[in-house]
Amino acid sequence: MTQLEVTAQPPETGAPLLEARGLTKHFPVHGTVPRIGGGSGPGSRRALWGARRLGRGGTDEGTAPKVVHAVEDVSLALAEAKVTAVVGESGSGKSTLARLMARLLKPTSGTLLVDGDPVPPTGRGGREYARLVQLVLQDPFSSLNPVHDVRYHLARPLRVHGLLEPGADLDETMTGLLERVSLTPADQFLAKYPHELSGGQRQRVAIARALAVRPRVLLADEPVSMLDVSIRLGLLNLLGDLRDRERLAILYITHDIASARYLANTIVVMYAGRVVESGPAEVVTDQPSHPYTQLLLSAAPDPDRATPPDLSGRGSPPSLVTPPSGCRFHPRCPHAMAICAERLPPAFAVAAGQQSACWLHASDTAPARPGQPDPARNSPSADHGQEGDALTDR
Amino acid sequence: MSGPLLSGAGAGEPLLEVSGLCVDYGAGPGTVHAVVDADLVLHRGEVLGLAGESGSGKSTLAYAITRLLRAPGMITGGSVGYHQEPGHVVDLLAADEGALRVLRWSQISVVLQSAMNALNPVFTIGSQLTDVLRAHRPGMTKAERRARAAELLAMVGITADRLDSHPHELSGGMRQRVMIAMALALEPQVVIMDEPTTALDVVTQREILEELMELRERLSFAVIFITHDLSLLIEIADSIAVMYAGRLVERAAATALFRAPRHPYTLGLLSSFPALHGPRKQLTGIPGSPPDLRQLPAGCVFHPRCPYVMDRCLTERPPLLRPAEAVNGEAVNGEAVNGEAVNGEPVNGDGRDRAAACWLQDGSAAAPPELARPAPGAKQPAGPATATAPSVPAEPVAPATRSQS
Repeated sequence: MTQLEVTAQPPETGAPLLEARGLTKHFPVHGTVPRIGGGSGPGSRRALWGARRLGRGGTDEGTAPKVVHAVEDVSLALAEAKVTAVVGESGSGKSTLARLMARLLKPTSGTLLVDGDPVPPTGRGGREYARLVQLVLQDPFSSLNPVHDVRYHLARPLRVHGLLEPGADLDETMTGLLERVSLTPADQFLAKYPHELSGGQRQRVAIARALAVRPRVLLADEPVSMLDVSIRLGLLNLLGDLRDRERLAILYITHDIASARYLANTIVVMYAGRVVESGPAEVVTDQPSHPYTQLLLSAAPDPDRATPPDLSGRGSPPSLVTPPSGCRFHPRCPHAMAICAERLPPAFAVAAGQQSACWLHASDTAPARPGQPDPARNSPSADHGQEGDALTDR
Repeated sequence: MSGPLLSGAGAGEPLLEVSGLCVDYGAGPGTVHAVVDADLVLHRGEVLGLAGESGSGKSTLAYAITRLLRAPGMITGGSVGYHQEPGHVVDLLAADEGALRVLRWSQISVVLQSAMNALNPVFTIGSQLTDVLRAHRPGMTKAERRARAAELLAMVGITADRLDSHPHELSGGMRQRVMIAMALALEPQVVIMDEPTTALDVVTQREILEELMELRERLSFAVIFITHDLSLLIEIADSIAVMYAGRLVERAAATALFRAPRHPYTLGLLSSFPALHGPRKQLTGIPGSPPDLRQLPAGCVFHPRCPYVMDRCLTERPPLLRPAEAVNGEAVNGEAVNGEAVNGEPVNGDGRDRAAACWLQDGSAAAPPELARPAPGAKQPAGPATATAPSVPAEPVAPATRSQS
């Protein structure tokens, strides 16, 4: 593992169950018109809007194919019986990360490791990996097939993976699954079709379907954002129960940092395809160390708010086709320094288990740390020395 | 952010009075009673929050108020009084198309749900903004309209060169800003916003809300803000009405609702939002799911999910009551109200006081402590203290309940 990665690893656990190392995903941009002439002159204005927009600012227009830098060098470790939350705005790459980890997308580079063993990027072992790592999607209205009943949705993964032991009663297995997601009386739900279920019930069926193949890792991509407020918490509590009772490693992807704080052991904050901060959930939300995390927390709805929100760093995420050099947050960052535009900040340890990819936390480069509310943070820990060495390596 | 009411002339007077509003979808045995007996008062310059889950009737209520409801939606009762000028009340439900045409947009405008997609993709922002002005301000010249459109965009923080952009060239946040600019084009008194920021990222949402609150201070319009996000509403609204299954279940000033909820559903909603600070504690949310509006439970519509359910709740539907304990509280708050009156703020009408549709609050039995927290006195807006202080037992503040069989 290079030092440039922010690895969210729960400090109290041993080997992670599923680990992503340096995952990178670039999507090719189609339909790019080769640019003739430079800049944003009238000639380019007549081109397709996309081409005009994309042609801005790059160094190799006209020749090299353009790519969207959706996920860049993300390392993440999911441990048994822990929930790791990935928090970010739309376009931050969090859903792409989930799809990479589910092997629905082939990474541009980087590897996945299960119990420390690398998983081949394609080909063999796909089905076994799919059994081990299950994905729950955001929209339970489209992730269940409307022409099939619940029984079909639960039986199919059992058949596909050949998990039904001879002699075992299929219905019994399936009612057991429904009971695990608190859909009772379970035998009545088996015959129901998706349209007969509420959003929360559908999402529970989707989770039961994921559990059917006895996975060890659950990747939940915004599992509650489509649901009514009053039933979201029930789903979050269910995920928490599955973590505690069944020792599942759960990746909880969300844009709602308050729910991440509620459910997760570890929070990973993503911005424009990169991890900017990670650490224990309460530490990240109570003492955010990255300016972007601070902005996110300040903007989040908070009935207890004592002071007006501080929106320094407001603005929109950058183009991922031509991402900013250095730190991707630097064009918006209220504390931006010269180095931020030049060099990518590595992950600096700021507290026990908390890492921040921000030059403000480099003990040797930051003379002062403006806007840092917590003075305790200014005292460099032993880890800082190590990170400093890593810098010189680079 | 829930700022004090505007202190300008006329602030705090009722602007829009909704009483006994009922909306049905369809007719006959399969009728869905989407809104039942809604009573609301929107005051001048106020932000009134309407909170509820999907299917609670909050959007239907907004469409009924503006008469934008489409078939099979039908307004089956009630009245909506719009105070166009002091002493001149227009009943929007009785107004004909001509009268409505004059009022709509220039007096009452709407920012629709999914405003992200409400812009026409084949026309430029400029032409859509000037279209409004052409229809409602026939005296304006083309140049004047364009200048006004640029001014409107500037108001929401978009540069004038975007006038020639098409909607797809704008980000979601910018499209939402254009929608807000468009709603404000004719300087309305009331802006109804139906989930205006739900589809946006949290930072963009916050930016737009801050801008909106600034504009409200400057242009002194009143807002009906509809959302499912109660925690957001508590920050931005002056008063909040909570809807459940088509009924208003609680009405209160924002701070009072947050600190001292009186209805079990409100309490459940509040405990459905995990906190950003403090120790992490297990929250329960609300068990069960919202009812099917075609097969509503008898009695109180919330009783199947209510942890405090009593025998009476199963059969009798509670009217909107002034909580018994809060009446006492208001008597205590009387001084505070008088103190505010020194600042020139008139005592408000009926709609701002507390009301909850729950049998726990009628004074016949002691409410559980979490539903009887003392209301915060300091930020309590002016209420009808003098009028109601002596009457201690709870009294219905809503018109008689309709039988729901």
